[in-house]
Parts: sequence; structure tokens; C-alpha cells
Amino acid sequence: MSAIAASSLPQVSARRRWTDRVMRGSLVAATLLALVPLILILYFLLKRGLSAWTSSGFFTSDPTGSFFGNPGGIRSAILGSLEMVLLASLIAIPIGIGVALYLTEYGKDSWFANTVRYFVDVMTGVPSIMFGLFIYIVLVTSHFGGGSTAWKGSVALSLLMLPIVVRSAEVVLLLVPSSLREAALALGAPRWRVISRVVLPTAAPGLVTGSLLAVARGMGETAPLLFTVTFAFGLTFNLGSLMNSLPVQIYNDIQSPRSVIVNRAWGAGLTLVAIVLVLNIIARFIASRSRRA
Amino acid sequence: MNTPETTSKEQTDMSTAGGPSPERAQAAPEAARPGSVTGKAGHGVKLQDLNAYYGAQHAIKNVTIDFPPNEVTALIGPSGSGKSTVVRCINRMHEEIPGARAEGCVMLDELDVYAPNVDVTAVRRLIGMVFQKPNPFPTMSIFDNVAAGLRLTGTRSSDLRQLVERSLQSVGLWDEVKDRLNEPGIGLSGGQQQRLCIARTVAIEPEVILMDEPASALDPISTLKIEELIDELKERYTIVIVTHNMQQAARVANSTVFMLEGEVIEHDETNKMFTNPSDERTERYVTGKFG
Repeated sequence: MSAIAASSLPQVSARRRWTDRVMRGSLVAATLLALVPLILILYFLLKRGLSAWTSSGFFTSDPTGSFFGNPGGIRSAILGSLEMVLLASLIAIPIGIGVALYLTEYGKDSWFANTVRYFVDVMTGVPSIMFGLFIYIVLVTSHFGGGSTAWKGSVALSLLMLPIVVRSAEVVLLLVPSSLREAALALGAPRWRVISRVVLPTAAPGLVTGSLLAVARGMGETAPLLFTVTFAFGLTFNLGSLMNSLPVQIYNDIQSPRSVIVNRAWGAGLTLVAIVLVLNIIARFIASRSRRA
Repeated sequence: MNTPETTSKEQTDMSTAGGPSPERAQAAPEAARPGSVTGKAGHGVKLQDLNAYYGAQHAIKNVTIDFPPNEVTALIGPSGSGKSTVVRCINRMHEEIPGARAEGCVMLDELDVYAPNVDVTAVRRLIGMVFQKPNPFPTMSIFDNVAAGLRLTGTRSSDLRQLVERSLQSVGLWDEVKDRLNEPGIGLSGGQQQRLCIARTVAIEPEVILMDEPASALDPISTLKIEELIDELKERYTIVIVTHNMQQAARVANSTVFMLEGEVIEHDETNKMFTNPSDERTERYVTGKFG
């Protein structure tokens, strides 16, 4: 038997080498192509948004609504968005975690639990404007507690956030080892204490992460707010009145013929992206910390 | 630990109904010591025609076993022979698995564990359980892990600190952890974690302790410590231990049960089981011919 040398191995054909190079090249090209719009968005956001950020009173004044003269800033939009998303979170997160607890701890593989899971999945895919339309028809046109109000926008946002919270919470709760539930049950703990003292604390970091991602998603939605809250200029903390919000202000400003106001839309857009980015970073931070623990 | 717990009605009933019967004492004279050094009379467990199912699968077939008080009884047998299922039926953990059910009779002294008016959480407080893999609660400190049993059952204790100390001492862990009681329980080594889990079980002051292969995930030294601990614990508790390790059964158990395919093949004193078993299948198993 002769020793193994390079010449004894089958040779890679020139055609094979060429195909490899072409395919690799086209995969890299596709990746670069996908990056182009992303980089352009960030470029324009930063270029035009930062110039708006530096204009005087951008974060400290409300939009004036006057076409000529000083257009004002976006204070009411930022605070309005935060208020409405906060209320939406107060609705969606407890209900969503409750649904997820039912699915993992009680419903398990029953037909009812599986039906709920199916509809939660369907809800995840419903276009956000449908939630806006639904609340518009059910709560706004019926004039239940007034016409368009901020809290109705929060309800529409919470409908959008609910399936995200349920899905992420269910995944996290399923990650809690069943050995911990068994340990608690074997100590004679009733199921509600097993859930409140063992399952929820163990899953807490993951639940926070999933909820923050849902909050970030809710922050950026325009469609659920368009018909339900519409628009306002001034700052208000009354959830029963009209309210300004970042997405809707962008939607309005970008249609203005005046470049200062269009620039304000870019500034608001950059603000929105920054808030969502911060929420995502916090969520990732909490998730990575809990993985290490 | 010397006075019987009186947190639940059943427990009070148990303490008054307790005490090993004379024929049990005769069957194992060296182990049954009612009112001995520690002053605690043990409580026996009897299984009568127990059948357990996972869905359609018949896992336990007409099992009848008598676990005498203050003795260690070992369950041995090949994988899938139903040893773990038997112990999980004793404290009704079996029914936590979806689709699983059990029929027949499990008696703790005079208490029928499966009687319709029996509260399952009260049963589990009387019959503690230690699992194969150490499973301390990861969000809790060492102290909180031992106290978890009381907090999870809503039991008020006037002196929690003392109870935690006593429980840790009874598993020989106190000196190792007394300076870091507030550190997380999962920071301990595997063997320490398992002793922590035993302390957690001891802290609820059960009458019976079930152990499902408690040392199979541990190193030899930790295993030895657990075995010594079992020997001490039988002074106060009736112990049922599932094990894959026949030497372990020979070392710790007063009597041994050999199971095969969901049935009890033989139940006798440990010495006889390993030297002169009556059934040919037991002999083949303990000599390592199969399983």
C-alpha cells in the first residue's frame, strides 16, 4: 500500500471551483443588498433627525399648529406616546401573562388551550390597522365615553400587544424546569403558591424581556391610534381626551409642505427609533443576565 | 423535631393513630424502636393492590408492599420496572403527570391517602420526597430554600431561624453553609444541593421520606454522605428509597423489594435478597445477569 499524498486524492474540478465562487458571491451580494435600505434609513434618520433635535425647544415645547412662524417641538408627542403605551401595557401585560400561565400550568394540551394558542397566533398576524378599525367601530362610533380618546387608543394598542406578550411569556414559562414545580408540589404546596412563589420568580427575567419587546412594538404603531385617538397639539395627562403621539405626529408632519415641519417628522422618527432601541437593549441586557445566572 | 407537627387535621390524627404494630416490630426487631432515643414513633406505609397507568400503559400491576416504620426499604429493578412510579404513587405525585392515574390503596397508618375527602397537599406534607436530580429553587437563598416548605404551604413558624438551623444540622450541612445562608442555593456543589433538598424536606417535618435515586447524580463521596444521612434519618422517619445501585441498597436498606415490569417479584430482608433470594429472576438481577 502506497502512502497517502495530495495526488492520491480526487481533484476538485475547475467547473466546481467556479460555481462555488459565483454562488458565494451572489449570497454576499444579496446580504449587501438587504443592508442598503437599512443603512439608508439610519443615515437619513440621523442626518435629518439630528438637525431637528438641535433646533431650539424641540424636546421642551409642544407643536403650535400654526403654519407660519414657530412650529414648536414634540414634547406632547413623546409624553402622549409614553402615557398611552403605559396604559396599554397595564392592560396587555397582566392579561397576557395570565393567559400564558393558564396555557402552561393548567390548559397544557387540552383542546381549549390549543384553540387559544391558535387564535393567539392568528392575532399576532392581524394587521395593526384592523385593531384600530375594531376599536373605532366598537368604542368610537358608539360614542362610549366620548368620541376619540387616548384610552381607546391604549385599548387598541393593548390588543396588538396581547398576543406578543402571551407568546413570549408562554415560551419563558415552559423553560421553567418541571423539576422545580415537582419540588414545590412535593412539599405540599397548593398550585397557586407553586405558581406565585416558584414559577413566576424563576421566569421573571424572561417575562420582563418579552413584555419590553411588546412595549417597543406598541410604541411604534400608528394605525391603531389614527382613528381612535386622532391628534392633538397640546400636552395633556387626561386619558379621556385627544392626545398627541409620536407615530401620528410623524404621519401628519411628513405631509406638510413646509420643510421645517417635515424635518420635525424626522426628528420625531429618530426619537421613536431611539426609544425602541433603548427598550430593546434593556430587554437584551436582562435576558443575557438571566442566562448567565 | 421531637414533637409531632400539628399544622393540619390529618397530621394530628396521624400522631394519635400511630405506632408500629407488634408483628411489624417482630419482622424487624432492630429497626422498630417506638419512642426510642428521639422519642418519635414511626409511621408505616402499606400499599394494597396498587395499579398505576400512564394513559393506556399499565405501569404498576397489583403491587402490595408493606413499608415498616423507622426502616429503610429499597426498591430495586431494571429501568422501566416501575420503581419510581410506586414511590410517586405514595405521595400522589403520580397524578401530576397528564394522563396518569392510580387505583388501589395506599395506607399511611390508618389514613387512606387516596380517599376522596383527603387533601392532596396535606398528604404531601406528611410524605416528603427527594428527587433524583438536586432541585433547589434557583431564585432562593440557602436559607429560603430550607424555609420554602413552610412558606409554600403558608405555615406560620414562630422560630423559622431555629427550624432552618436544625434542618441543616440534621443533614450535616449547617457547618458548611452557616456563614453564607443568604447566598443562592444553586451555588452549592451537587452533593450539597442534594443535602439542601433533603433539609428542605426534613423542615416540613414529614412522617415518611421518599427518595427517588437520591445519589445517582452525585460523586462517590457525596453518595457516601447521603447514605450515612439515610441511616441517621431512619431514626425519625420511615424511608423508601429507589436505587439503581445494588451495593447502595445492600448498604442502607433493612429490606429490599425487587420489581420487574411493574410487578413485585420479591420482598425480603436485604441480606437474604442479596445472598439467598427465593426467586430465580431476583438472583439473576442481583448477580448482574440482566438489567
